[in-house]
Amino acid sequence: MVPLSYYLILGGILFGCGVCGFLIKRNIITIFMSIELMLNGVNLTFVAFAAHWGRLSGQIFVFFVMVVAAAEAAVGLAIIIAVYRTRETLNIDRVNLLKL
Amino acid sequence: MLHLTLFLVFGAVCVAGAINLLVQRHPISSALSLIAVLASLAVEYLLLGAEFVAAVQVIVYAGAIMVLFVFVIMLLNAGEEERTQGSRVAIFVGIPGMLLGAVLLAWVLLQHSGTASAQVGALPGSPENIAWLLFHEFLLPFEVTSVLILIAILGAVVLCAKPETPSTRPGKEG
Repeated sequence: MVPLSYYLILGGILFGCGVCGFLIKRNIITIFMSIELMLNGVNLTFVAFAAHWGRLSGQIFVFFVMVVAAAEAAVGLAIIIAVYRTRETLNIDRVNLLKL
Repeated sequence: MLHLTLFLVFGAVCVAGAINLLVQRHPISSALSLIAVLASLAVEYLLLGAEFVAAVQVIVYAGAIMVLFVFVIMLLNAGEEERTQGSRVAIFVGIPGMLLGAVLLAWVLLQHSGTASAQVGALPGSPENIAWLLFHEFLLPFEVTSVLILIAILGAVVLCAKPETPSTRPGKEG
């Protein structure tokens, strides 16, 4: 039997790592992976609360979060490819203007 | 006791992978450590009785999405990250502040959920139950997500398509 708070703390740690990665990383792909890490931290809390309250709705919501994450990954990586084509760099410090 | 041991082992793998993602400088190393995080999270879902979510986590997240990431990293030939200098205030204020916040959050959570515990296996999370709920109560959101996926596919194709008139500048291609 694992207390609910352990799951919440683990989810919080994952979310915090994602926020740190989003802020300190300079590679645009790694920043995108940090966003996925944040989504996973939230998913863990959803599943933990679903098990705690005995409602399956939390797991349904995790399903929707995964769908949105997949759509976001597809569109975001397409944007990254488009940015790389015009700038030829992946460093976000060099992508500081929307228009060339 | 077995559950707690499994939780601690795979939670440690999770946290180690997340920290490794921050420390590594090459994107492919970060992607591989993210796969480790996602796979061990699937075990945590299994411990909570969410079989369907664990399977989808492995198939969709650790499978499809991460393959997409690795494919793009290799397609763009992403190299080592360049080192840029951040501000000193961020280091001297941000790290202690972050640690303080984490300790406070953990303390509050441990205080307020004394006897509350996640009943392992008490919740039916099999694909059958999920499907019943998904196709009865959540039918409209489910259909809306299919439209969302369609729009995402179209958007990805439009964004990645080559421009109609290729640039005449030499040395740009390839």
